[in-house]
Amino acid sequence: MMWTIGDTYVALVGAMSAAACALLGNYLVLRKMSLMGDAISHAVLPGIVMAFLMTGSRGIGAIVVGAVIVGILTALFTQAITRFGKVEEGAAMGVVFTILFAIGLILIRQQADHVDLDPQCVLFGNIENIHVIAASGDIPQPAINLAVVLLLDALFVTLLYKQLKISALDPALATSIGINADVMHYALMVMVALTAVASFEAVGSILVIAMLIVPAVTAHLLTDRLPVMIALSVVLAGVAAFLARAYNVVAPELLGPGLQADTSAIMAVIAGGFLLLTIVFAPERGLISRGIHRIRLIVRILQEDILGRLYRQAEAGTAASAAPLAKGDLRIAGGSIFQRWALFRLRSRQFVRPVKSESGRSVVVLTDKGLARAARLVRSHRLWESYLAQHSDLPLDHLHMPAERVEHFISPEMGERIQEGLSEADLDPHGREIPPRPGDARRP
Amino acid sequence: MRYVWAILSIVAVCAALYFVAGTFADDETRQVLALRQYNTRIVVVGTTLLGAAAGLIGTFMYLRKRAMIGDALSHATLPGIAIAFLIVGDKQIGALLIGAAVSGVVGVVAVIGLRNVPRIKEDAAIGIVLSVFFGLGLVFVRIAQHAHTGNQAGLDRFIYGTTAGMIKQDAQWIAITAAIVLASVVLMFKEFRLVCFDQHFAVAQGRSVHVIDLLMMAMVVLTTVVGLQAVGLILVVAMLIIPAASARFWTDDLPLMTILAGAFGSISGFSGAIVSARFVNLPAGAVIVLAAGVVFSTSMILAPRRGIAGAIVRRARLARRIGYQNVLRALCEREEDSGEGVRASKAELLRMRSWSARRLNSLLRRAIRRGDAAMGPDGLIGLSRQGRIEARRVLRNHRLWEIYLIRHADVAPSHVDRDADLVEHILPPELIRELELALTETPEIPPSPHGREAFS
Repeated sequence: MMWTIGDTYVALVGAMSAAACALLGNYLVLRKMSLMGDAISHAVLPGIVMAFLMTGSRGIGAIVVGAVIVGILTALFTQAITRFGKVEEGAAMGVVFTILFAIGLILIRQQADHVDLDPQCVLFGNIENIHVIAASGDIPQPAINLAVVLLLDALFVTLLYKQLKISALDPALATSIGINADVMHYALMVMVALTAVASFEAVGSILVIAMLIVPAVTAHLLTDRLPVMIALSVVLAGVAAFLARAYNVVAPELLGPGLQADTSAIMAVIAGGFLLLTIVFAPERGLISRGIHRIRLIVRILQEDILGRLYRQAEAGTAASAAPLAKGDLRIAGGSIFQRWALFRLRSRQFVRPVKSESGRSVVVLTDKGLARAARLVRSHRLWESYLAQHSDLPLDHLHMPAERVEHFISPEMGERIQEGLSEADLDPHGREIPPRPGDARRP
Repeated sequence: MRYVWAILSIVAVCAALYFVAGTFADDETRQVLALRQYNTRIVVVGTTLLGAAAGLIGTFMYLRKRAMIGDALSHATLPGIAIAFLIVGDKQIGALLIGAAVSGVVGVVAVIGLRNVPRIKEDAAIGIVLSVFFGLGLVFVRIAQHAHTGNQAGLDRFIYGTTAGMIKQDAQWIAITAAIVLASVVLMFKEFRLVCFDQHFAVAQGRSVHVIDLLMMAMVVLTTVVGLQAVGLILVVAMLIIPAASARFWTDDLPLMTILAGAFGSISGFSGAIVSARFVNLPAGAVIVLAAGVVFSTSMILAPRRGIAGAIVRRARLARRIGYQNVLRALCEREEDSGEGVRASKAELLRMRSWSARRLNSLLRRAIRRGDAAMGPDGLIGLSRQGRIEARRVLRNHRLWEIYLIRHADVAPSHVDRDADLVEHILPPELIRELELALTETPEIPPSPHGREAFS
């Protein structure tokens, strides 16, 4: 099978509706109102049917008006039930949209003779139709409608960029600088309803929900900046549309004709796939990079714990750096793989060196470099203990644990500042010497 | 015992309504109400029991603030149904239900997993799962339709539900489900209550919140999967949320709320099924949800304590009481300035506060009617003996509170009048005694701390 002009149109229509949804979805996701998209896209059903019944035509104008009115009503009812009935917002939404959806279904059944409208079409859309129309040489009407709506959404998002951003991220600040967050909320709801209704004919309500939420969430995982997030979400949505169509063109040939499916449904699945990939591979917040970061941290802390322990043993013993530590004694924390790795790192960084003890066991001792590093660490620990002892009311035997945690994160500069906050800083609360800062001579 | 009475009275009310409806209905409706037809009987029993089960378990979902998880769950059943269909065809309804349950559980697990990803909030997690799983389901449905040509009606009924086409087997499934849900709610009531209200206490008691949660979710999955066929995938969400939300308006007592939610669910199921059996072209699932919606709006408006009507009445009463006390205080302050028994004209009173002439007039009429004030033939208004006692009490509260605010809350004297104004009317007597103790040296009515402009 070849990619035809019809396929281009289908992909384009899918991409346009996905992009329009993704634009607005960013704000829904940021305002934690993702489910409002779900609610509105189900609830506009009665609006569409009513518009049908009143005008008797499938004219886009009336349908848009009907859908927008019901969309606003959904938001209003939800707010009223939340505020006056003290019902939790999610539940209020669930009450409102299911009832409106039920009314829509009843209207359709009641007027089945007068209305040529299949609820199926609202849920799933009819994107394959576009293929047929485009093949006959016309520009499909849904493509034109969606282009207009996409343009409107783009204008909405760019012209009201600042207002939307502030009221999404900090409604209280928005109010204090004279932006009415409520007005922005309802404007957003109007645009969502408009976009939803324009997308229905092409891709159906489920795809609307998918595209409102999934690309925006994916983009949010990848960036901290709103403009980048918006751009990313739109690109992801568009790519999903073209990939979905490409699957439908290629799959029947490669995998058998039985594997074709609705382009819009495949788009939703592909968008979900993008999200899954992002959750796993995202550079900062992905599972893998978080896992690596975590392992690094574990190994670093283990290394430092080993150094600290060697230092304390040396301190307790007579010889400064010769106190040995057997490998078998390394039960400090974490799994044994990490411990071995930590020990390996310490050796390769030449902080410790292996020696044979008198009894013939293989042990490690601190090198001079290791001693300096360990001294810095123990210094952090004991400074923090002293600080806690002087400035908080923790009893003496409770000082060790918090210091054990914090010691790994105190930089030398921080150590300086802690020392400044201490009245005398030679001995820690347990009476042991606090190692001096590097370069200072050890006190006699 | 209380709850037995509650159940009995609910049943009695329903029976009464049933007979009243039977008496006033036309012949055709009476036929339906009497459940003459075998088919109607099955449908009515099925929807009533489904409503009860959904209401019971929905209560706990609602209190756990997980109402919308049902939405994700019901959409997430579709891939499982389609895959089961692909494997066994649509003959084996049991296989389809198992497929639905499995993928529904996967969906719920996915919501929980997504919620733990940084930056993904619960609402987004629900939206992602419901749309992506539904998309996946549609893909499988198409593929299944290619594989089993011509046999697709079987799948659509899960999306929209075909209540009217319910057969005995379906009703049996529902009955079993309702029994299981009822049993688990009764047996696990204490545990469910604990995780709804005080998870930490539950943990401290050595109970595993996860196991209890799992059981709760299992009941929801069961109800949803069985309900899919009856009312369809979107409307089953309504059955889980709306009866519970309606019951919440009526009571703060969990057992009573659970009973009420079950009752509301079954009433919606029953009346919806009856109405759709009586009139042509009314899809039963949608009518059931609409009936639940009627119950919800009635509850939201009429419920005595948490309802809107009650709140409006209470607010109006409070506003009236406050206004009344303000009138008495104004008259009393007038006496304070010019000596006991001195009366004030309406114009003077009008200047003392920012109130409209109309409101002042109505408040004064009320004071005169209750004998707290009297208007002389010259049009001047003064306090009566009993009114003076009350007015002095009100003024005293106001002053005490003002002084307290200045001394102990660091409120500037120029702001204190307004703050005191907001609170004085709702001070309970015990608090006033405490205030008196805290500010001992006070005379009967302390002077105004912010140097009230004497009235000339």
